[in-house]
Amino acid sequence: MLSSLHLNPTLNYATLNYSSTLLLLRGSRRRTRRGGANDSLVSTAHPARQYPSLSASLAPAREEERKEEALLPPHLRPESLPRHVAVIMDGNSRWAKARGLPSSAGHEAGYHTLKKMVELSCQWGIRALTVFAFSSENWTRPKMEVDFLMTLFENVLKESLGEFLREGIRICIIGDSSELPQSLQKLAKEVVDKTKNNTQIDLIVAISYSGRKEITQACQNIAQKVKDGLLEPEDITESHIEEELETNCIPEFPNPDLLIRTSGELRLSNFLLWQSAYTELFFTNTYWPDFGEADYIEALTSFQNRQRRFGQRIN
Amino acid sequence: MGKRSRKIVARIIGRLWRLFRRWLFLMFTFGPMPQHIAFILDGNRRYAKKHNLKMGAGHTVGFNSLVAVLRYCYELGVKQVTVYAFSIDNFRRKPEEVKGLMALMKEKIDELLDEDTIVHKFGLRINFWGCLHMLSEPARAAAERAMAATANNTGPVLSVCVAYTSTDEILRAIKKSCSKKTAEGCLRFTGDPVRDGACSAIAVADLEENLDSADCPDPDILIRTSGETRLSNFLLWQSTLTHLQNPLPLWPEFSLRNLIWAILEYQRVYPYLEARRRSLAKKHN
Repeated sequence: MLSSLHLNPTLNYATLNYSSTLLLLRGSRRRTRRGGANDSLVSTAHPARQYPSLSASLAPAREEERKEEALLPPHLRPESLPRHVAVIMDGNSRWAKARGLPSSAGHEAGYHTLKKMVELSCQWGIRALTVFAFSSENWTRPKMEVDFLMTLFENVLKESLGEFLREGIRICIIGDSSELPQSLQKLAKEVVDKTKNNTQIDLIVAISYSGRKEITQACQNIAQKVKDGLLEPEDITESHIEEELETNCIPEFPNPDLLIRTSGELRLSNFLLWQSAYTELFFTNTYWPDFGEADYIEALTSFQNRQRRFGQRIN
Repeated sequence: MGKRSRKIVARIIGRLWRLFRRWLFLMFTFGPMPQHIAFILDGNRRYAKKHNLKMGAGHTVGFNSLVAVLRYCYELGVKQVTVYAFSIDNFRRKPEEVKGLMALMKEKIDELLDEDTIVHKFGLRINFWGCLHMLSEPARAAAERAMAATANNTGPVLSVCVAYTSTDEILRAIKKSCSKKTAEGCLRFTGDPVRDGACSAIAVADLEENLDSADCPDPDILIRTSGETRLSNFLLWQSTLTHLQNPLPLWPEFSLRNLIWAILEYQRVYPYLEARRRSLAKKHN
């Protein structure tokens, strides 16, 4: 466990800012959505079906995949990369406090780290990224901080819409949007709608999100189906629940293969509870604003070296 | 040394060891103690392979290790221990391995109910969480016997998850919630707007009261041995604020030293965890 904890004092905000600018200027290639046909090699009922990084290892190499290998750091193998990565972006406030800055500076720095992570994920062939931006418990934070975060989310969505469209990033927003300011709700709907046909990478942003409430909402939706006479309670299955979860906005890879949590905290904090059943967890001491390319490579390397058994034996 | 002398020496050493433990555990109780620890007992087969034992022997050694760890937990004052003994996914293993595990389960459950075991020493109440109907008949009957025999015990609780996955537990809770609402007439349109309007939507609390863990607080620590860092469909709902730990030793190698370290780690982060729990409670109130 201690081997997965990592302190990276050499990376700082200025370094990230410069390298993230360079990466943005490089741009990224468009590619078409993969998956589907190769997944049928694994049985439908098997949990590995929803974890394509296992079944994708059976896919034949193609020209596109060979080009991707050239962009990958040397010891990362494309067939062993996770298809869906989730991140709990923890530590912005502590990062700022350690530097004598207000927490808003930490959140701004965190945003730049996120931009870089999305860019790297696109380059390396990661198909979906889910980030925990704001938890339903975060509403109890000081009002000033909460207002700043809501304003930050609005500004980021407004300013980045052009970039999402250029880079082919499809945005999904999950969480209880009814608690968000009206202007943010409207903007979020607009961004989701305008980017729905993008295919480069799916970016799910969890705002005002709670894993337990998500499951409860799915239950309410199923209860409505029961009320409408479409389903009997005894016929409800796990598939019915999965269809109603918000992460079903990416039907091909709804469950993360890898979940990264920064800042040394060792818990899930109500994030993707159902979806993390078989997810590999990676914890690092690094605060989110300091999480750079080297840390991401370390997380992916750790994932690559793990043996995923899904309850069975692999001889 | 004769056999009688060896027995006397062993008894003295045993007593000294228990005294030492009691003194050591007293030191710990000055700090915050976890009330509920959950274990994923991973690494039994790898232990057997490492020590060239026959198939199934690793699980027997693992059971002995479990009894020792349970004793230490209850001596430390931990009120609830939950263990992940057998997942629904494990049924996909080879039939002879599954059969062996079912037989071992039945044998060990019956053994626990004997005299002079930790069940009687601590007045344990045993629960079995999961789809018990999926177990072999002897194992299922043994589990039900154990639950009935210990139902009135007032001591600490041992919850054993067999034929269990967390997603299945949540599914059963959802089915129960929907069935309850149907029975209350809330999920059938009655044409009576007063009656239809009186029904409330299913809430988080409704699901929680229908989970297997309904009368059990969430775990404070979740330990998965053998260094693997995933939950494997164990207590997903309940572990939202749980401190996750993955020590490297295989389950049969997990010792008192590892348990003490786990509790020290928990005590280190306790102030932060407690602040998060209070904030979560404030949000719900």
